[in-house]
Amino acid sequence: MINLTINGLDVSVEEGSTLLEAAQYLGFPIPTLCHMEGLSPYGACRLCVVEIGEGEKSKLVSSCTYPAEEGLKVRTASARVVRARKMIIELLLASCPQSKTIQDLASKLEVRQQRFRQEHEDCILCGLCVRMCEEQMMAKAIGFRGRGEKRSIGTPFDIKSDVCRFCGGCIYVCPACQLRCTYNEPEKAICGGCANLSPPCVEIDRFNDMMCYMDPCVACEIEKD
Amino acid sequence: MKPSDVRVILNKYEEDRGGLISILEDIQAKYSYLPHDALKIVSEETGRSLVDIYGVATFYKAFSLSPRGKHLISVCMGTACHVRGAPQIAEEFERQLGIQSGGTTTDREFTLETVNCLGACALGPIVVVDGHYFSKVSTTKVKQILKNAKDRLDKISIEKDRRIFPVEVSCVRCNHSLMDPNFLVDGCPSIKVIVSFENKHGWLLLSSLYGSYKVSSEFDIPTNTIINFFCPHCNAELSSATACTACGAPMVPMIVKGGGMVQICSRHGCRSHMLDLNGINF
Ligand code: FES
Ligand code: FES
Repeated sequence: MINLTINGLDVSVEEGSTLLEAAQYLGFPIPTLCHMEGLSPYGACRLCVVEIGEGEKSKLVSSCTYPAEEGLKVRTASARVVRARKMIIELLLASCPQSKTIQDLASKLEVRQQRFRQEHEDCILCGLCVRMCEEQMMAKAIGFRGRGEKRSIGTPFDIKSDVCRFCGGCIYVCPACQLRCTYNEPEKAICGGCANLSPPCVEIDRFNDMMCYMDPCVACEIEKD
Repeated sequence: MKPSDVRVILNKYEEDRGGLISILEDIQAKYSYLPHDALKIVSEETGRSLVDIYGVATFYKAFSLSPRGKHLISVCMGTACHVRGAPQIAEEFERQLGIQSGGTTTDREFTLETVNCLGACALGPIVVVDGHYFSKVSTTKVKQILKNAKDRLDKISIEKDRRIFPVEVSCVRCNHSLMDPNFLVDGCPSIKVIVSFENKHGWLLLSSLYGSYKVSSEFDIPTNTIINFFCPHCNAELSSATACTACGAPMVPMIVKGGGMVQICSRHGCRSHMLDLNGINF
């Protein structure tokens, strides 16, 4: 067993578990995007950052890939962590504004606007589909290709792969292509209405076209601030 | 492409099937690109998935998935070359060859690519054609370079070189002279560099007589070791993108006073070298 402190609480976890698992064990919420139970941790999205160490030496690490260490001091929601997460989610929103998963994460982190040039790129290279294909579907039909800004996910030579069985696992886990929310103007799609924060309002009329298909709607709450 | 050829390459790596990059390099050396079917065979024979191999092949700039030309022209677009006008030079090449950078001419003669810093900034803008460096290139020289490449570069045989004359060299990075007048080798000022190999680190003095292979060094260097060379002034590693034509080790570039570049093989005991004097080859 390994003993460490998370947000001041002592916890002992089994050797080999990650900081994310340790924090979840204690019930501290950490947002994740590219992490999924049953798939190997990959550390692509960096949303799950936590701060480890103390004082000068403290640093941000991705909790889904960082193994628990003896005596480690972890903070899961320090100001620095929250700032980093907000920035990351803003950048994710900038590249893929229409993903419901990302929007939900954004509104949970209280991000309602993003300040960057809007791209409508669909893939955020989280690698969920690649891992799904390889680890759960045992196919290895898709993978990463190229590098830098040309990095993409797909089959070799962009033709149908011999090993693909059309299982659809990749589409199933994709945070960008499932459940698209387009609001009525895609540019402003970060309405946050789907975060299920408060009971539905009665003045349906006034907020009708703002309403998300997920209920309850909180459009009125958002209007206030 | 013949599947048997690819299998021959693969057999070479029988023991070490992990060396995917070396396998791909060999295939690329044979065909000048990586044919689709060759990758399939590699996948079948090594048991690696095609998508992994494709990922590696597309990750490295050194690999190409489409056929390349006979001559490879690399225009350096590193910072130092960039400020000295490399973009215009690349444009001029594009214009004269009628292709975009990254492309190959329809007659399969030339492939043009841009690279980021070849480690010879002091000589910039640099253009490398089939491993031969052309220094201080200007747009007016482009035509000549293309012509040289077409008629001559592939015919040079360096082993036959018997001329002896002293050269004066400097570092390709900082342009400081590497000559050491206090220490004579072959009766001429020697070339002083820092070398490191097998955890050892020390000075090495080379004869400045072109064609002489005398060296004197702090340590005994066993033959066949590949040595890393460094500039004693700026500590930059002297290493070029070119591989020795005789043994495949990386070449070590130095600027020759008067314009031009000499490259020697980094393997101790290998006598291969290349001399490009302002693009004219000896
Ligand atoms: S969930 Fe940890 S980096 Fe994405
Ligand atoms: S910038 Fe061109 S050689 Fe360094």
